[in-house]
Amino acid sequence: MKYSRVAITDKAVEVLNLLKKKHGELIFHQSGGCCDGSSPMVFEEGEMYLDESDILLGQLEGVNYYMNQDQFEYWKHTHLTIDLTKGRGSSFSLEIPLGVRFIIHSRLLTDEENKLFNKN
Amino acid sequence: MGYSKPKFKTKYGNFINGEFVAPVGGQYFDNTSPIDNSLIAKYPRSQKEDVENAVAAANAAKEAWGTTSATERATLLNKVADIIEANLEEFALVDTCDNGKPIRETLNADVPLSIDHWRYFAAVIRAEEGSATELDANTLSMNIKEPLGVVAQIIPWNFPLLMLSWKLPPALAAGNCVILKPAEQTPSSATLLLEKISEVFPPGVINVIHGFGPEAGKPLASNSGIDKVAFTGETTTGQLIMQYASKNLNPVTMELGGKSPNIFFNSVMDKDDAFLDKAIEGAVLFAFNQGEVCTCPSRLLVQEDIYDAFMEKVVARTNAAIQADPYDVNTMVGAQASNDQYEKILSYLKIGKEEGAKVLAGGAACKLEGTLSNGFYIQPTILEGHNKMRVFQEEIFGPVVAVTKFKDEADAIAIANDTLYGLGAGVWSRDAHQLYQVPRAIKAGRVWVNCYHAYPAHAPFGGYKKSGFGRENHLMMMNHYRQTKNMLISYDKNKLGFF
Repeated sequence: MKYSRVAITDKAVEVLNLLKKKHGELIFHQSGGCCDGSSPMVFEEGEMYLDESDILLGQLEGVNYYMNQDQFEYWKHTHLTIDLTKGRGSSFSLEIPLGVRFIIHSRLLTDEENKLFNKN
Repeated sequence: MGYSKPKFKTKYGNFINGEFVAPVGGQYFDNTSPIDNSLIAKYPRSQKEDVENAVAAANAAKEAWGTTSATERATLLNKVADIIEANLEEFALVDTCDNGKPIRETLNADVPLSIDHWRYFAAVIRAEEGSATELDANTLSMNIKEPLGVVAQIIPWNFPLLMLSWKLPPALAAGNCVILKPAEQTPSSATLLLEKISEVFPPGVINVIHGFGPEAGKPLASNSGIDKVAFTGETTTGQLIMQYASKNLNPVTMELGGKSPNIFFNSVMDKDDAFLDKAIEGAVLFAFNQGEVCTCPSRLLVQEDIYDAFMEKVVARTNAAIQADPYDVNTMVGAQASNDQYEKILSYLKIGKEEGAKVLAGGAACKLEGTLSNGFYIQPTILEGHNKMRVFQEEIFGPVVAVTKFKDEADAIAIANDTLYGLGAGVWSRDAHQLYQVPRAIKAGRVWVNCYHAYPAHAPFGGYKKSGFGRENHLMMMNHYRQTKNMLISYDKNKLGFF
């Protein structure tokens, strides 16, 4: 069985594919902080400056999902599933004009997953 | 006494160069009320062209506006304050409708505070002075503050008129022209304001653009015709805006939220008096504005020897909060601002429970009757756990507090500072030493001492750590919107003697 820290629902994949057609290669970045924080945001690849402080959580439908290292320290024991809801976030995330918003559902990693991902 | 949904037009325009104009592309979006998910009105779905028109208008106006006297600018700021004050109820109703917050708060907090911020900056520019220093008998160094020129301001949806009133007055008072982008969830009070003050400022001084972040916000933040960006929001967008600003070598100010600790030392329970009553209220302020405040006291730290007795009172006070129709003046907790916020908060309640947090109050959505059943309501919720849980570390932006115990001062400070953010904090005690030493040890830009959630003009507000930088609500903010012209003047008639 293949393990991953992240997953995506069919509803979210549909919108992600729509955005790929329009914008080309994409990335997800997990935001923190005020207002629309704590939500996954999707941008064109290259839009956001990434470096070694951005942890690659995994790949969804060929789209890399990153989170800042500081934030990752508190999130690393959880599994994230990107889903879709109606709504209107006010960030630069590309799905917003469609009247939908990516959101995350979280669960704790299983013991097995934890052993695999968080060796320390 | 109760209110009801205010009347709106079918659709509104952008405000560019002194008049309301339709978006160039002719596209609009539906703005809805989170109270009952009903339509409010259509607002422009602006694109790059609209932003460019606004930037051009602001640039055309900046020379004349930048050289107006402080007296003139102060008079106009005061005029805006008077106009808002004369229409206080109308502004309160519009923000309640757009945001979902109780009318009690918009009438008594959002709108009166907004008025005062306009008056404060009107007063500041009449009182402040530049500086001059005689460097030697013949040399004078004179510092004159000059406006940056054109400022872009991107504001959030949690306090629509108040965030506008934190941002616009200092920028205008400093002599800048502004392009303001209200959040797409709450475009109404900015529009109402511009309808009422359309004649107050010369064309191009204030411009308001509506629309979505990727379509209007990004072209605004990255436009080479602006000289500064001020932003309130979350960290990823903050980073992007700084990137765009770096291309133009523009300054930015950022207010990016927090996970603010509210610390209660055991002495608060030494007496059962008015102060204890105030402290209990201070702990329940996590539910103020449905928790949609960057400084929401969302981590409650209580000393272990008073924990059970104190929390019993906090839980009782929380459970007594009235959550009902936001238009009813008795309502204390209203609707979350949008469906996606509502869904996000519910997903945090789920992960909180999964991580082992114990639900002491609330813990679920709140189902209201009638048309309100279409709105987005969440019960004020208290989760008991430890500081490493995600509900203790992430800004949920809902009426949710995570509570934990601490042993002593050192423990309280360690827990308080164990966060990525540093915007606000609260310290409650009857011990005079603690009241000074603990706030000094907390890494946050605002520490409320024996109070919380007060935001008066003239008290600087801004973040440490990942909560951003810049200090709003204070004359300090003026310098984030200005540059210093140093005139170095020689009164010496004699040459240097080098050539």
